[in-house]
Amino acid sequence: MARTMAEKVWEEHVVRRAEGEPDLLYIDLHLVHEVTSPQAFEGLRLANRRLRRPDLTIATEDHNVPTENIFLPIADPVSRTQVETLRKNASEFGVRLHQMGDIDQGIVHVIGPQLGLTQPGMTIVCGDSHTSTHGAFGALAFGIGTSQVEHVMATQTLPMTPFKTMAVNVTGSLKPGVTAKDIILAVIAKIGTGGGQGYVIEYRGEAIRALSMEARMTICNMSIEAGARAGMIAPDQTTFDYIKGRPHAPKGELWDQAVEYWKTLVTDEDAVFDKEVFLDADELSPFVTWGTNPGQGAPLDSVVPDPASFEDPVERAAAEKALAYMDLKPGTPLRDIRVDTVFVGSCTNGRIEDLRAAAEVIKGRKVADHVRMLVVPGSQRVKEQAAAEGLDEIFKAAGAEWREAGCSMCLGMNPDTLKPGERSASTSNRNFEGRQGKGGRTHLVSPLVAAATAVRGTLSSPADL
Amino acid sequence: MEKFTVHTGRAVPLRRSNVDTDQIIPAVYLKRVSRTGFEDGLFAAWRADPDFVLNKPEYAEGTVLIAGPDFGTGSSREHAVWALQNYGFKAVLSSRFADIFRGNSLKGGLLTVVLPQPVIEKLWDMVEADPTTEVTVDLVERQVRAGDLVEPFELDDYTRWRLMEGLDDIDLTLRHTDAIAEYEKRRKPWLPVTQ
Ligand code: SF4
Repeated sequence: MARTMAEKVWEEHVVRRAEGEPDLLYIDLHLVHEVTSPQAFEGLRLANRRLRRPDLTIATEDHNVPTENIFLPIADPVSRTQVETLRKNASEFGVRLHQMGDIDQGIVHVIGPQLGLTQPGMTIVCGDSHTSTHGAFGALAFGIGTSQVEHVMATQTLPMTPFKTMAVNVTGSLKPGVTAKDIILAVIAKIGTGGGQGYVIEYRGEAIRALSMEARMTICNMSIEAGARAGMIAPDQTTFDYIKGRPHAPKGELWDQAVEYWKTLVTDEDAVFDKEVFLDADELSPFVTWGTNPGQGAPLDSVVPDPASFEDPVERAAAEKALAYMDLKPGTPLRDIRVDTVFVGSCTNGRIEDLRAAAEVIKGRKVADHVRMLVVPGSQRVKEQAAAEGLDEIFKAAGAEWREAGCSMCLGMNPDTLKPGERSASTSNRNFEGRQGKGGRTHLVSPLVAAATAVRGTLSSPADL
Repeated sequence: MEKFTVHTGRAVPLRRSNVDTDQIIPAVYLKRVSRTGFEDGLFAAWRADPDFVLNKPEYAEGTVLIAGPDFGTGSSREHAVWALQNYGFKAVLSSRFADIFRGNSLKGGLLTVVLPQPVIEKLWDMVEADPTTEVTVDLVERQVRAGDLVEPFELDDYTRWRLMEGLDDIDLTLRHTDAIAEYEKRRKPWLPVTQ
């Protein structure tokens, strides 16, 4: 029977199937971080259970960690406890851990691909919703809750009920200045924050095929923002080239075998998706959000919408609330919105290509006087590579702050937060109320728009400079 | 896990859509390493507002939350479920839940019930008209009842059975350790290990 890529990966991982019960799926890689793991380790300890496969588990410190003065003790005692708890648990259960300061430390979804641990056809989970990022390699990767984290630790499996499948076909090609971030923001605006609910999305079409791995990760990363459990892109030569030679990539004969298998991980021609969505890349322009969920976005060339223009009463009410929170008036050109802070980073846009894109725009220019710009590499390796390319100097010369790796202002668990009423242009993935700090207002943007906005002080694209 | 069969209690009408898990419990409250004590973080940003529904004395005893569509979107933090449970909620009703939140809730014994939006609206109206209205969430019959309203809901047999028995998923899976070991023998030889 013709199958989609997601179905193939699923079938390959079924440990046990029984009538009326969820499938028991094997998990190839479990990524762990400090925030969603302590209760899971504690659960194992209380039940006297062991960690079944420490060799398929890897941990990093990312959500809480400061991005300055990382060799001092963490100032916030509660954050410190959480990081210390992870260190204690990792050593007790034999889990490889990358601590602050370690060259392989970084945001969990940046380090997996970077180490070559993320490969096509795998099942990958993490107690973090943006695990969908790894789907860019043709892996079935999804976020799980802490009980499931404990379940994977104890059994290396998860009971799962099958997903539905959705194809998002992106035809045509992107114009200069338009990026993967704009594609995914447009997709979410189109299908809504609940539009992907219950689905695994497969992104297809020539516009997707033309993207780099970094850009594909940006897209898959935000699948969860459309409500989907996972996003996937079929592996191809771009994927193989990215993986080859990385520390955990297969080598020698195994590499050839692996590639041969990976090439089979494409949706069969006559396979049927439960739902299909189409988008024309030629028509896209830089996209930004105006509201408080990632579906509330619009082209930068447009204006803040009037809530009255929404037919659906629930959407209308949501738009009203969002505009009140964001302190925006309908009809205001999005380009006139003035920001205080620009954040470049996160698992959506904190990889080397993102920093290069932002640096390219800001090179030889200055961050506007009233703007604070934070550049936070997604991992220490990204930071090192950026420094090797001189990007750090470009950012610093422009007046931006250059930081250590971590989630940072993406969720504001560390000291990098917005103050009440402050407004940011952020390359992260969530513009929820208070996400970047209580009372903070977030506009999601691409790295190019972030950099241009830093220079002009209002939402802008490089073409405006 | 506590068994869930039938629960009757007062309800809290939360007339908002797209309540994401950052609203249910903001990130700053996630720093504890235990599973308890998260009630202080529940809807923390909104609780500062005296008019917020949870601050109204007439809803203080609510154990059933009636929420708008797309409840629990965003971050996978299970703390959102714990915060609701720690606060005293036993069930949440909505016309649509985000997948991960729903999965977390049903694993943890917080019953999330999907009802059509018009039924949610009707329940909101009833509970706002009379905050002492009792809402029954009956997992045995798969029904929600309040006043003269009787509404069936769907939940797969397996999850229902697990909740009614209060069974822990890990115990259930550990019964199949042999199958797991068998599977491990046929994994692809190139799959990476971290150590
Ligand atoms: S960067 Fe943001 S979205 Fe990504 S893992 Fe960290 S907190 Fe989550």
